[in-house]
Amino acid sequence: MAKSEKASKAPRSASRIDRPQEGEGGAHGLRRTLTLAGRRKKTSRVTIEAAGPASRISLRAPAESLAALSRALGVKLPEQPMGSAFGKSGDFAGTKGTGKGGGRAALWLGPDEWLVIDTEGGDPIADCRKAKVLHSAVDISHRQVAIDVSGAGAADVLSAGCPRDLSLAVFPVGAAARTVMGKIEIVLLRTAEDAFRVECWRSFSDYAFTFLAEAARDVP
Amino acid sequence: MLLIRCPYCEQELPEIEFRNAGEAHIARPTHIADETDDDFEKYFFIRTNPKGIIYERWRHVHGCARFFNAVRDTVTDRFLLTYKAGEPKPKRLPGVGK
Repeated sequence: MAKSEKASKAPRSASRIDRPQEGEGGAHGLRRTLTLAGRRKKTSRVTIEAAGPASRISLRAPAESLAALSRALGVKLPEQPMGSAFGKSGDFAGTKGTGKGGGRAALWLGPDEWLVIDTEGGDPIADCRKAKVLHSAVDISHRQVAIDVSGAGAADVLSAGCPRDLSLAVFPVGAAARTVMGKIEIVLLRTAEDAFRVECWRSFSDYAFTFLAEAARDVP
Repeated sequence: MLLIRCPYCEQELPEIEFRNAGEAHIARPTHIADETDDDFEKYFFIRTNPKGIIYERWRHVHGCARFFNAVRDTVTDRFLLTYKAGEPKPKRLPGVGK
């Protein structure tokens, strides 16, 4: 459970996202950088780039808790397979121009499991704590890294390693699923007809990016 | 690639998202310490290993991560039916006589 008394007493910064900043060095001149900072691959039909930092939680909860958790998070937790939902405020990274607002997204991963992503500096763990219902929320902000794949060839590039049917009829805008890409597990979210967000574990991010960049060579 | 229907995702999905988890409908004895060696052997080691229709547990490990049960023909590798974990063993199978 996320409701640890000790944790709630500890001082908490407004944002759980560590945003690396210019000149931020600390006493030893060390600077935190994002795993894929600055990586970008662009061809005429597809652009692959590292997404910005985000807060993420892995949320497990029974059906009775969903209403309270949805209120606390400001996102209605989807109950349909492959479902996703967006919050009202801000603009969730990658969804600009689709008319879907929300700096926060909740993705259905399993019958009682969701991935909540906040790209606008919110604190979904703190929000979950407000819901006094049975649930388990684990902060996985630093476990995962996101890659944005966009452009007319985005689905083709992903299909180089993802066995799912990514046609719009089967995997429409807003569809989300945990699946595989090459030899790693990913969470895939279709943010627009020609844009996807790929969430992978941080240690696999170099593999994921390189795989996509190599695949893009076949999608000129 | 084989497509397997996940009863939780309600969709036919590629086989590499799944993992086999052994024979289904094997009930763990309530008082396992009281089992005789022979009974324990039967529960723990002995499997039917049929040529033909088998009831198996499968896990949608790279998807919803849920365990479910499947009926598969070991000769043709065709999945006849999948159903949620905890549901009773289906008596009638689609496409099978008798």
